[in-house]
Amino acid sequence: MKIPQMHIPDGFINAPVSVLFLAISAFFVFLALRGAKNQLDEKVAPLAGLAAVFIFAMQMINFPVAAGTSGHLIGGALAAILIGPWAGVLAVTVVLIVQALVFADGGLTAMGLNVFNMSILATLGAWYIFRFLQKILPKNRIGFLSATALAAYLSVPISAIGFTLQFALGGTAAITLDKVLVAMVGVHSVIGIGEAIITVLTISAVLSVRKDLVYGASNSKVSLIK
Amino acid sequence: MGEIQSHISVGIYEHRHNWFHELPSHIKIASVFSFVLVVVLTPGYFFQAHLSYALIVISLLIWNKVPLGLIRKRLIIEIPFVLFAFFLPIFGTDPRIDFFGLRLSEPGLWAGWNILIKATIGVMMSLILSSTTPQRELLVGLEKLKFPKLLVQIMSFMIRYTVVVTEELKRMAIARESRCFEAKGPKQWGVLARSGGALFIRSYERGERVHMAMLSRGYTGQLPLTTRQISSRQDYINGTLLPLVAVAVILIWSVFLK
Amino acid sequence: MTNALEIKSLSFSYPDGRQALNSVNIEIKRGERVALLGPNGAGKTTLVMHLNGILLSDDGEVKVAGINVEKNNLFEVRKRVGLVFQDPDDQLFMTTVRDDVAFGPANIGISGSELDERVNFALDQVKMQDFADRPPHHLSFGQRRRVAVATVLAMKPDILVLDEPSSNLDPASRRELAEILLSLDVTIFMVTHDLPYALEICPRAAILNDGKIVADGSTRELLGDDELMTSNRLELPFGMHLDHIPHHR
Repeated sequence: MKIPQMHIPDGFINAPVSVLFLAISAFFVFLALRGAKNQLDEKVAPLAGLAAVFIFAMQMINFPVAAGTSGHLIGGALAAILIGPWAGVLAVTVVLIVQALVFADGGLTAMGLNVFNMSILATLGAWYIFRFLQKILPKNRIGFLSATALAAYLSVPISAIGFTLQFALGGTAAITLDKVLVAMVGVHSVIGIGEAIITVLTISAVLSVRKDLVYGASNSKVSLIK
Repeated sequence: MGEIQSHISVGIYEHRHNWFHELPSHIKIASVFSFVLVVVLTPGYFFQAHLSYALIVISLLIWNKVPLGLIRKRLIIEIPFVLFAFFLPIFGTDPRIDFFGLRLSEPGLWAGWNILIKATIGVMMSLILSSTTPQRELLVGLEKLKFPKLLVQIMSFMIRYTVVVTEELKRMAIARESRCFEAKGPKQWGVLARSGGALFIRSYERGERVHMAMLSRGYTGQLPLTTRQISSRQDYINGTLLPLVAVAVILIWSVFLK
Repeated sequence: MTNALEIKSLSFSYPDGRQALNSVNIEIKRGERVALLGPNGAGKTTLVMHLNGILLSDDGEVKVAGINVEKNNLFEVRKRVGLVFQDPDDQLFMTTVRDDVAFGPANIGISGSELDERVNFALDQVKMQDFADRPPHHLSFGQRRRVAVATVLAMKPDILVLDEPSSNLDPASRRELAEILLSLDVTIFMVTHDLPYALEICPRAAILNDGKIVADGSTRELLGDDELMTSNRLELPFGMHLDHIPHHR
């Protein structure tokens, strides 16, 4: 069995909160559009486009766990560390929009909710955690990959907290919030382990061959190669 | 291709004809979106309205000949939320009622129903939209709906290169399997992730080559989409039909139930 | 009459210090079809990148239809040089064939019915008019290569530059592309190590090796010079002899 991805469908969160998050997400995407243009000029479109395909393809790879179950990547932290926070937000956002519009995966009215959780919280959030950790951890390969691991790990429960917040604001009142929070964060704290391992393995594979392509490593002067 | 889902690569558009099918894409997107929004706005306990919506959606599915296999596949996407919906009556708040011999939470039952019906209608409507609109037309539609141009461009690249990159992914999987690699458990993650890393490098380099090819033909930041789809007044009227019917459903039932 | 292409003592080194081009000189007249031959790593692709200013060198001069290739007139230059890249999947980045062929002309300000005409004209020249509304990934490799040629023909360039046009083509697609290229009324500069193809299409050839032009003349004569061929790692495919290839049409 493959664990499907958590794309919030229509009607799970009420309409006003869905629309509110549509606006919040739109604001952040606007910031990302500006930020990415500054970072990459007119190169943004092809590079973020191909990065989106890459994230989408990575999400398709099944990572076998045991007894026929498999997990897969969400990719927020991976996107942010590889191509930078703003281009990363754009890539993940586009993946979500295409999934909803072309593959009917994720509700149209829930788009803002999903973009907020996975693209703003998981991607941008992972980036700031990564940057913070990079400052306090040793500036070598181990430090770099540890920062990557933690950022990727935390991005998953953070995204779940976002979900819980949305649920608190616009979900059904039929269940107490603490139960949702415990269940969501609990499950995602486990899923995060897989996210961290896959992200670290993938980034270290890129580092060994093309360190220059890893945005998160672009300002580090020490050798990150094995 | 044990490790990779293959159904995704081509998208799900099927070429057929009726007026809904041929609605200019921006009108169709807006129309479907507002229909779903009305559904989401309708309270879950308004049972009759939701059954009517379900009927409308089923007619649309049949009318547009959306294949059953596709419907089944898309419904799998909902599973986590379906589970959530089923847990609600069990873990939900009091009061409890007897439900086929079980003591279940009444608000939980309503909430579970609310999630199930709305999510299902939403998925079906998205399915109707994507199976009646070519991917490229979706892009044209978003552009007309004033989506940021850059975002539409990125989407366009994603749509163009999904097949190219997933083909690369498949070739890598075949190359691995040809040398007796089998992904059984976390021990093999390293190999999979290294393929992922290689895929990133290839994708990035392709991005750079594409950029070069664009520059060679005078790219200045615009990605012209050529169709000049002309939308008639009739199209706009047709487009409002769907949300209007949804609103009518609410009004008629409200009057009728009084 | 101005030359279609003029390169004068062009040298270029990559940032890592590797010298890729070393005082290259070549002149191509309007209507000529010239092949640039050379082994892998000779600097062929680097030279191609200079023709429309993707790479710019301060050492030497490149002129296209009399216009200097330099930073402030890249637009004018790119209008006149049609570059067909090796991998059609890089060149065809739009979601339909029509959009892709329209991309170039739209960038130089052509729109409306004139744009449609350009698109139809270009697709017609490569015999792909029936595929206008297909997405590129529904085409065969050979068809994609032909559409790639159409994307630059639509800009009505002064010179068509092809990077390894015959690579990865099956024999039938290869022949079809050759027929199309020979039917075009345009200057062609073709970079390749496919010698029979060069001979079939281009009466004139130049050999680039180690960043230098080491020979320039009649393709048949160059290919007939065994010593020249061997010293530049060029050879005809196994079992093929120059006499097997008919004289130019």
